[in-house]
Amino acid sequence: MTDATSAPPKAPQRTGLAALELDTRLLGMIGAFVLIALAFHLASDGRFITPRNLFNLTIQTASVAIMATGMVFIIVMRHIDLSVGSVLATCSAVMAMTQTLVIPDWLGLGLGHPLTAPVAIVAGLAAGALIGAFHGWLVGYLTIPAFIVTLGGLLIWRNVAWYLTNGQTIGPLDGNFQLFGGINGTLGETASWIVGGIATLVAIWALISARRGKIAHGFPVKPLWAEVVVGAIVAGGILGFVALLNAYTVPERLLARQFEARGEVMPEGYTEGYGLPISVLLLIAVAVVMTIIAKRTRFGRYIFATGGNPDAAELSGIDTRMLTVKVFALMGVLCALAALVASARLTNHSNDIGILDELRVIAAAVIGGTALKGGIGTIHGAIIGALIMQSLQSGMAMVGVDAPLQNIVVGAVLVAAVLLDIWYRKRTGARD
Amino acid sequence: MANPLVELKNISIAFGGVQAVDDVSLDLYPGEVVGLLGHNGAGKSTLIKCLSGAYQRDSGTIKIDGKEADIRSPADARRYNIETIYQTLALADNLDAPANLFLGRELTTPFGMVDDAQMEAETRKIMARLNPNFRKIKEPVSALSGGQRQSVAIARAVYFNARILIMDEPTAALGVHETKMVADLIQELKAQGLGIFLISHDTREMMELCDRVSVMKNGRMVGTERVEDVTEDDILSMIILGKNPKVAA
Repeated sequence: MTDATSAPPKAPQRTGLAALELDTRLLGMIGAFVLIALAFHLASDGRFITPRNLFNLTIQTASVAIMATGMVFIIVMRHIDLSVGSVLATCSAVMAMTQTLVIPDWLGLGLGHPLTAPVAIVAGLAAGALIGAFHGWLVGYLTIPAFIVTLGGLLIWRNVAWYLTNGQTIGPLDGNFQLFGGINGTLGETASWIVGGIATLVAIWALISARRGKIAHGFPVKPLWAEVVVGAIVAGGILGFVALLNAYTVPERLLARQFEARGEVMPEGYTEGYGLPISVLLLIAVAVVMTIIAKRTRFGRYIFATGGNPDAAELSGIDTRMLTVKVFALMGVLCALAALVASARLTNHSNDIGILDELRVIAAAVIGGTALKGGIGTIHGAIIGALIMQSLQSGMAMVGVDAPLQNIVVGAVLVAAVLLDIWYRKRTGARD
Repeated sequence: MANPLVELKNISIAFGGVQAVDDVSLDLYPGEVVGLLGHNGAGKSTLIKCLSGAYQRDSGTIKIDGKEADIRSPADARRYNIETIYQTLALADNLDAPANLFLGRELTTPFGMVDDAQMEAETRKIMARLNPNFRKIKEPVSALSGGQRQSVAIARAVYFNARILIMDEPTAALGVHETKMVADLIQELKAQGLGIFLISHDTREMMELCDRVSVMKNGRMVGTERVEDVTEDDILSMIILGKNPKVAA
C-alpha cells in the first residue's frame, strides 16, 4: 500500500508568499470585492468607498449574510432551502405581533415594556426553530426532497405571515427591538474600539495557541515571520474595520438635538462616530459561532461528512436523519435572527419583507464557494459572497443603472462566479 | 479448540420478494480467516452486512463470544468491536485522513470540541506502522490513490482494536504491490488473534489467505471447507454448480 513514487522525506520549506499559507480562494473573493468597490468608486465620482456608504453596505448585508451562513450547511448536506425568505417573513410577523398585540394587549403590559423586545425575539427564534425542524423532519425522516419541501414552504410561510398580520404593515416596532436594525443601534466610538481591541487580542491568542499546539505535536509550522505577518494582517483588518465605522459621524443636527434633550449645549466642533452597528456585531457573532460549529464540533464534522458521502456517514454510525432535522432547525433560527435585523432596520413588519431573499442567500453561499454537489463550503466565503452581491446591488443603484439591468447583471455575476469556481477547482486539482 | 468468536445461526433476510439470504449459518474463531465466495448476488455482502449492522436480519441469531448479540445499527456493531472495510471504502472524499479515520468517534478536547491536532497525531502514528510512505495526512482523501485510501480504511479498523474484522473485497481496487501489503496485514492481524471475514471473487487469493472458505449461491450456503481439504477446482464447482463435491462424493 505504498506509492511507487519516492516521496521526499520532508515537505520542502516554503519560501516567500507561499510561506504565509494564505487561502487563495479567500484572497480571490476579497480581491473581487475590492475591484467592484474601486469600479463603483470611480463610476460614482468617489461616493462608493466612503465611511457612510461602507457603513450602509454592512447593515444592508447583515440580514442576508446571517442566513447565508446557515445555507452553507444546508447545501453542504446536499439539500437546498428555497423557503428562507418566507420563513423570515413568518418569524418577522410573529415578532411584530408579539410586541404589538400579545404583550401590550393580551398580557396587558402596554407598549414600551422592557420585556417586549426579549420576549418578541425569543418567540421569533422559537417559531424559526420549529418551522426549520419541521422542514428537516419532512426531508430527513419522510425523505421528501428538500427542493419540494422548501418550495412548498416558500408559498406556505409567506402566506402564513399574511394571515398572522391580516396583510397589514405592523409598526412602529418596539424601541429596544429597533436597536438591532443598524443605524438605530450602534455601539459608539469607545465601545467599538473596545470590541475591536478584544477581537484583535482573541485572534492573536488563537494564532499563538494554534502554533503552540502544532509544535507540541511535532507538526510542521510556518516560519515565525509568516505568523507575524498573518497576525498583523488580521489585527489591521479588525482595527481598520472599526476605524472605518467610527469615521462615519452622526449628523450635527442630530447630535445638537440630543444635547438639547439633556438640557446641555453642544460644544463647538463636537463630533461623534456611529461605530459598530449591533446588527453587524450580531452577524460577526453568528459567523464566529457557525465557523466553530463547522470546524470544531462533531455536529459540523458530520454535516460535512454526510455531504461528502452520505453512505459512509451512515455506516460510521451517524444518524443522518436527525442531523438533517438539526441543520434545518438551525437554518430556521438564523432566518429568525435575519428577520429581527431586517424588520428592525425597516422599523416595521411589512408583507413583502424578505421577498426574493432565498435567491440572494443561495447566490451568496454559491458565490462564496459552496459547492451545490455538497461537502464543500465555508462560512466566511458565504459572508463575503453576500457582501459582493450587496455591493453590486447598491453600487449599481448609486451609479444609476436601470432596475431591470441591475438584476440582469446580478444574475450574470452568479453564473460567472460558478464558472470561475469550476475553473479554479480544476487548476488547483481538487477532485471534488 | 477455542470457542467461536462469532456464530451466525439460521440468518435470513429478504428485500421485497427476493430472499437475499436464506437460512445461512457460519462461524468464525479467533485468529482465523474465513473467506466468503460466490457470484454477484449470491448474498455474501448481504449476510455480512447483518453482522456489521448495515442491514437488519429478518430471522436468525448472532452470537459473539457465545452470547447473543443485539446488532441493529453500525454503531451497535462497533460496540462489539466489529469493524468493517467496505468494498466502496466508505470514506468521505471531502475530508482528510484523520477526519475519516475517526469519523463517528472523534477525539474531543475537555470542552467537547473536535481535537484535530490529537487525531492528526494518532493518524500519523498508526500510518507510520501500516503504510510508512503515507504523507498526505492533511489533504482530502479524494486526492489519494486507491492503496492510500485502502490504508485509511484499514487504519480505522486497526486503531479501534477490532476483534472481528470484515473485509469486503479489500484488494479489488489495488495494484499488485498494494495487494501484497493487504495480504501481509491480514496475516499480522490474524496473528494478533483477530477473526476476519474476507469477501472476494478471487479464488486463488482466497486459497492463500483463508483458513476456511464458505461458498454461497442464490442466498443459500453451499458449503464451508478447510482450504487444505479442497482444490481450487472444487471451490469453482461449488460456486458455479452450487453443490459441494465433497458431500456428493
